Amino acid sequence: MGLSGPFLFPETDTKPLATAHPEQTMTDKSNDPNQMTGAAMIVRALIDHGVQHIFGYPGGAVLPIYDEIFQQSEVEHILVRHEQGAGHAAEGYARSTGKPGVVLVTSGPGATNMVTALTDALMDSIPLVCITGQVPTHLIGNDAFQECDTVGITRPCTKHNWLVRDVNDLAKVLHEAFYVATTGRPGPVVVDVPKDVQFAVGTYHPPRKDDVHVSYTPRVKGDAQQIRKAVALLASAKRPVIYSGGGVINSGLEASKLLRELVEVTGFPITSTLMGLGAYPASGKNWLGMLGMHGTYEANMTMHDCDVMLCVGARFDDRITGRTDAFSPGSKKIHIDIDPSSINKNIRVDVPIIGDAANVLGDLLQVFKAEAKKPDIKAWWQEIAKWRARNSLSYKKSNEIILPQYAIQKLFEATRGHDTYITTEVGQHQMWAAQFFGFEEPHRWMTSGGLGTMGYGLPAALGVQVAHPDSLVIDIAGDASVQMTMQEMSTAVQFELPIKIFILNNQYMGMVRQWQQLLHGNRLSHSYSEALPDFVKLADAFGCVGLQAIKPSDLDGALKEMIKIKRPVLFDCRVAALENCFPMIPSGKAHNEMLLPVEATDEATAAAFAGGKALV
Amino acid sequence: MNQPASAYFLEDRHDPNETHTLSVLVQNEPGVLARVIGLFSGRGYNIDSLTVSETESQKHLSRITIVTSGTPMVIEQIKHQLDRMIPVYRVVDMTITGRSIERELAMVKVRGRGDSRVEALRLADAFRARVIDATTESFVFEITGNSSKISQFIDLMRPLGLVEVSRTGVAAIGRGPEGM
Repeated sequence: MGLSGPFLFPETDTKPLATAHPEQTMTDKSNDPNQMTGAAMIVRALIDHGVQHIFGYPGGAVLPIYDEIFQQSEVEHILVRHEQGAGHAAEGYARSTGKPGVVLVTSGPGATNMVTALTDALMDSIPLVCITGQVPTHLIGNDAFQECDTVGITRPCTKHNWLVRDVNDLAKVLHEAFYVATTGRPGPVVVDVPKDVQFAVGTYHPPRKDDVHVSYTPRVKGDAQQIRKAVALLASAKRPVIYSGGGVINSGLEASKLLRELVEVTGFPITSTLMGLGAYPASGKNWLGMLGMHGTYEANMTMHDCDVMLCVGARFDDRITGRTDAFSPGSKKIHIDIDPSSINKNIRVDVPIIGDAANVLGDLLQVFKAEAKKPDIKAWWQEIAKWRARNSLSYKKSNEIILPQYAIQKLFEATRGHDTYITTEVGQHQMWAAQFFGFEEPHRWMTSGGLGTMGYGLPAALGVQVAHPDSLVIDIAGDASVQMTMQEMSTAVQFELPIKIFILNNQYMGMVRQWQQLLHGNRLSHSYSEALPDFVKLADAFGCVGLQAIKPSDLDGALKEMIKIKRPVLFDCRVAALENCFPMIPSGKAHNEMLLPVEATDEATAAAFAGGKALV
Repeated sequence: MNQPASAYFLEDRHDPNETHTLSVLVQNEPGVLARVIGLFSGRGYNIDSLTVSETESQKHLSRITIVTSGTPMVIEQIKHQLDRMIPVYRVVDMTITGRSIERELAMVKVRGRGDSRVEALRLADAFRARVIDATTESFVFEITGNSSKISQFIDLMRPLGLVEVSRTGVAAIGRGPEGM
């Protein structure tokens, strides 16, 4: 080992670096272009996997890798201000491109700061490759400076992880890491590389077939017999619904295309989870809106009363199902998922199909076209029309104060015709964004669904903007969430990433306040932000642009300006402080027991939540 | 449904628990046991018994036998969750196949003199337990069998001067000519 580092970098390398030292290349082995340090292998592997951008933060245990990054130009490194920001940025990058996001952080706190982002990526099935530095192997277990048990800590929050103790294993592990992260149900992986392994010289090899873990064989193609059964069910349906999720997005553009075709061919109504928005266009005539706790009335009623449900790439999570014993009681359920453990986890299904969404949808369509006819579901659509007429997303407009729903609608209007990507933080603003912003294409909507990570949206927007430098990237934020990762505005300024942070500022942790109002006697325990920063001044301090809208009449102009400015913007949109997010399935209730905004008087709300603590 | 104020839907499920024995073939790599155990603790599954050892060192294969209990839905989840782990080759539910043999080994230390010592020896003989260590006032018995037989033997030894027990946990294998 020792401090060999870049000084042993061979000049015969096929991609020689500007500062390689020719006098150091005298030995036989140095003629082999695949002989290199562990640190050089990492950069080489990134290049071999087509990685153009990585997000990271340097520190003692990754300095050899940063030294290699300095001496090349194929991989661009985006320096964040906190490792969590690197993780979310990589998530945004991954979700908006379909490519894996790559993160490089140091040992100890670098690794522990990544835990939130890794868990977030695991919950939402986002492919991330995170390389962490580690203290030298002889110090592992000694409580060395900036040491932590990275593989131990990240084991439950990664799809898989590795500690590389021998430089000659490094190439294989890195290639395997990319494979595991991006295939099957995508997810985050961690490769922990001790500093002595980064310095050590060993043999690199480009990616090859046998790099793959022999015991890892994700299933892609659906069982033909199950698909036939599914088609028979669909063809016989009187009251069908398609319920799609993030799996369709993860599967790639083809899956969304096929999903749209399936809706066209069958004429079925379609709803989607939070993660699945954009797979089917919001302007499509069969679109019911999002389902679940804050989904539309028509989507939830359709789910509850359907006789055949086709679930594609969604996982019946608790925000979707409501009370599980009253979830869509009269339906036969078909479930397409690449992860067998998603099947029958929360809801028992009748026809499970394990496989990739695009692959299975393709086969299903083929069989449907060959063997089935579009069922007549006119009566079902008439019923749905009645539910739609309830207008569950209505809200009381005002000329004095900006309603948050109105702000999102205005934002949506202002961004039409632009190449727009939306990220969000977590809370009321996230739900309003999902309800009122229409997504026409997949990969345009980046939000933290499973983990619900406040602070996700700002760094995720960075990642999206890095991947799409000329697009309009907007983080729809809340005043509380955005402060959690606000430091990344500095990254946006440094790398000239013109992200727009559109803050729905109601001075509360709105969703917390809403729950406190509905369930805890309106005792607003620590949900009010007593000392909010002046976001406009803050923008100024960061070197970006601050904008503000206080009255509804301010919005159009300010939004126009925000979109025009080719610099990062913090937009302080002052909205009604006490607005609640409706419609809503109260806790312990089923899909057909939604609370609609027009009915959400204090008395009705009290009654709906009466199973819980009495409202004051 | 009455439930306390919560952002979660709180439901009681009253499906009866079942006990299942799972055989899990894994790549013997660092941390693989921690992964399996972490899965059980992290997702709140039960481990009644867990036995692990390398079985084919050239192929780096280990076999883990887990006895677990839960509702049928939970047992199905456990199998899927195990199966999706990267280093896991295969998961076989020995209880569902119904054609498996389960064995456990225990070493049982009994201290006593006179009649109880004679009685312990006689019972050991009836249970086909072997004496693997003896002093003038103690025995260590080695007994192999299914778990209930071993538990029964231990119960019988208790009044006869039982000092301590070391059990291996259950190992299981399928009957017939086929491997798992």
